[in-house]
Amino acid sequence: MIELRVNKKTYQVDVDPETPLLWVLREELGLPGTKFSCGVGECGACVVHVDGEATRSCVTPVSEVKGKEITTIEGLAGAIGQALRDAWIEGDVPQCGYCQPGQIMTAAELLASNPHPSDSDIDAAMSGVLCRCGTYNDIRRAIHRAAGRSRT
Amino acid sequence: MNPMPFDTGRREFLRVSFVAGVGLVVGCAFSREAAASSQASQSLTSEGSDVLVPNAWIRISKNGTVTVVINHSEMGQGIFTALSMIVAEELEADWSKVRTEMASMDPVYANPEFGVQATGGSTSVRTSWDELRKAGAATRELLVAAAASTWGVPSRECRAKAGKVIHSSSRRTLLYGELVEKAAGMPVPDRVQLKKHADFKIIGKRMPRLDTADKTRGKAVYGADVRIEGLLTATVLHPPVYGGRLKSFDASKARSMPGVRHILPISTGIAVVADRFWQAKKAAEALKVDWDPGPNANLSSESIRARWVSLAKQSGDRLRNDGNVDNAFEKAAKNIEAVYELPFQAHGCPEPMNCTAFVRKDGCDVWVPTQNQSGTHEIAVAITGLSHDQVRVHTTFLGGGFGRRGDVDFATEAVELSHTVQAPVKVIWTREEDIRHDHFRPASYHVLRAGLDGKGRPIAFQHRFVCPSYMDGTIEIMAPAIMPRWLPRFLKNAATRMAVPIAKYAKSAESAASGASNMAYAIDHLRVEYIKDDPGVPVGAWRSVANSRHAFVVESFMDEIAAAGGRDPLQLRLDLLKKAPKQLNALRVAAHKAGWEKKPQEGVFRGLAVHDFHGTPAAMVVEVSVDKKGKVKVHRVVCTVDCGTVINPKTVEAQMTGAIAFGLTATVKSSITIGKGRAEQSNFDDFPLLTMEEMPAVEVHIIPSAAAPTGIGEVGVPPIAPAVANAIFAASGKRIRTLPITSGDLAGG
Repeated sequence: MIELRVNKKTYQVDVDPETPLLWVLREELGLPGTKFSCGVGECGACVVHVDGEATRSCVTPVSEVKGKEITTIEGLAGAIGQALRDAWIEGDVPQCGYCQPGQIMTAAELLASNPHPSDSDIDAAMSGVLCRCGTYNDIRRAIHRAAGRSRT
Repeated sequence: MNPMPFDTGRREFLRVSFVAGVGLVVGCAFSREAAASSQASQSLTSEGSDVLVPNAWIRISKNGTVTVVINHSEMGQGIFTALSMIVAEELEADWSKVRTEMASMDPVYANPEFGVQATGGSTSVRTSWDELRKAGAATRELLVAAAASTWGVPSRECRAKAGKVIHSSSRRTLLYGELVEKAAGMPVPDRVQLKKHADFKIIGKRMPRLDTADKTRGKAVYGADVRIEGLLTATVLHPPVYGGRLKSFDASKARSMPGVRHILPISTGIAVVADRFWQAKKAAEALKVDWDPGPNANLSSESIRARWVSLAKQSGDRLRNDGNVDNAFEKAAKNIEAVYELPFQAHGCPEPMNCTAFVRKDGCDVWVPTQNQSGTHEIAVAITGLSHDQVRVHTTFLGGGFGRRGDVDFATEAVELSHTVQAPVKVIWTREEDIRHDHFRPASYHVLRAGLDGKGRPIAFQHRFVCPSYMDGTIEIMAPAIMPRWLPRFLKNAATRMAVPIAKYAKSAESAASGASNMAYAIDHLRVEYIKDDPGVPVGAWRSVANSRHAFVVESFMDEIAAAGGRDPLQLRLDLLKKAPKQLNALRVAAHKAGWEKKPQEGVFRGLAVHDFHGTPAAMVVEVSVDKKGKVKVHRVVCTVDCGTVINPKTVEAQMTGAIAFGLTATVKSSITIGKGRAEQSNFDDFPLLTMEEMPAVEVHIIPSAAAPTGIGEVGVPPIAPAVANAIFAASGKRIRTLPITSGDLAGG
């Protein structure tokens, strides 16, 4: 049994410790918001926060995150989370939407460490999260909008 | 456009029914055939009912919720919102009360252009426009009549507005929800006035997408997210060489691994069925499989190219032959010739191919992110031996489609597996299988010739190209009768009847020559020749299909003609597009908006292109720079599009911008190459997608129009590659004739 803290709840899961966190979230805990896309940490669709750090859950063995505070798109809260969601909705950012949880989780980490990112800060933080629909310009605008609002 | 009174023409199914809830509605058949035999244009009523069902597209509940039934797959193009807007406009619905629901399988939901229930070819809005407007308007008039009847006043004294009916003189109002019960007993009007464009309050406005909130909360359900009781998860290994077969396998180790339930050869390869995906994947890696490579073991991009170079020396099928081409070439003052080559392209859908099926003795449910409900339905009927009524296809959100999900190979696997193991099974492909066993945009080889007169004007033009037809793969999948490759015999008959409409469609403009044989430039002596050759690599529809290749070839070569004749590439096009006013205007406006006549800033160079995709012209002016290492940076794209009446400008902008990103990946980043009979790429490390920092600024200018809407999902792809290539020529003097453009092509330039 592995004990996990996800979205402020504690879970016991009985899985192979090598199982990527992604699949534990999706299949064991019923949290499918975190997406499988590349499986090798190349695309960012699976990003979650582990102790506040944006982490690619498809290449993170569940054994490595024991006792750490894990946050998924379903549990993203607080001023930054709210500001991002509002900005995403206002800008109608998603198209197919599949990569967007990873985009939002990555953006949340950026705003937590850099409340007023420039375009190039955003590009640097976000360029590892791929969007085949090409929503990048709307994502950049939404991050700026959220940055203007998440200040408390 | 005048509001036209219309006869619904489908009066037979424009009937009112009144059912107790959602479950009953799903079972309610609105089939055109079934309805035609019905005399009833009156309501079906039942005790305690709370939902008004005036037609196949609209349901109104007593709490005022308007549910629009959507018969097209939502893969990011915003179709849930666009179709709802069309209904809501004519219905005079309160937008805050509008919800959507994906249509079930029913002939009434067939795409009129294909004759089957499927999404593709940028057809959704274009084919729904009239029908949904009429459905909305008829329902509006029904509700007005219900209110008038309630008040005992003439209908003409009442009007509908934002979810309620108003009796002007007495200032009485009734909400739509309050009229549900009354309306359910009344006939649906079959002649109604459609609104004037000037009166539109929803169409043409930047309405918020209906799927955004769920997609930002991780709540949207894609195929990969489907969860049902007792679900097993499978992954599939396909023969690594195209056209190969499973010879034998040793599953002794894999079978003993945790969670593994079954290891089964299936029609497409070999599947591992386990409790969980990771277990299936690990076991698949542990399988020892002996594959028969078949005839393609030595196939490579180089061997395909060599074959095509040789084939292109002969003439091909003449798809177009205007004037006297040979004579004109002889008379020309100057002849130019160029060879263009394009590679295979993968779709790279963010959500890997997947499908969930639950086959039981008396029924089968399939949950699938598909662009092809009918194909999925037919395949499931054929595999299970159940009747069409016993098989239900549930369309989830699609994590990208781009044409790939018009094929049903992954659905076949899930249904086969569930049928065999007698449990619900979700098949999820790994990314590696998804890339390697994509049905690629075909590679192609093009020989272009032009003859110029003494003033540098083109008088003769010949375009000869060699490639497989992307539709062949689809026809094969849809029509088992002509599909010997991998589908087992027992599947063949049932899907045959799918073949006719699809094959018909293959002959239409979207076939292998689309964008080449219908090029709009007025050149008196013009020939287009096609040499069909299928090297054995699986191909399929890829966003904007053949137009993605032909726009690159034709628009690049037009710039070569301009350069050879000493003419301005914009002016040359404007001179030759006099008989294509929409393209001409799109190009003229794009050039103006981009400031074509002014010089760009130091180190930045411009290129342009214009192209028509199924009646939607788009033009682009791009600004690029090329650094000393040959790396291309696309800074800005100014684009115009003329898609007729715009439903939602935000969606048009998003589709054009997204298509530019999609096209840029193929222009400056990635391709599929073949070696040893297989794709040499397998994930986003070797098939990289455009990233945020590479994304140009995009300006979309929509040409105002009151014409009927055309499509918007694909037209943004074709012009971007030639516009970039033309800008690179302006920057470096180097003519790009193959894609993707690599720094090696331009280094030291």
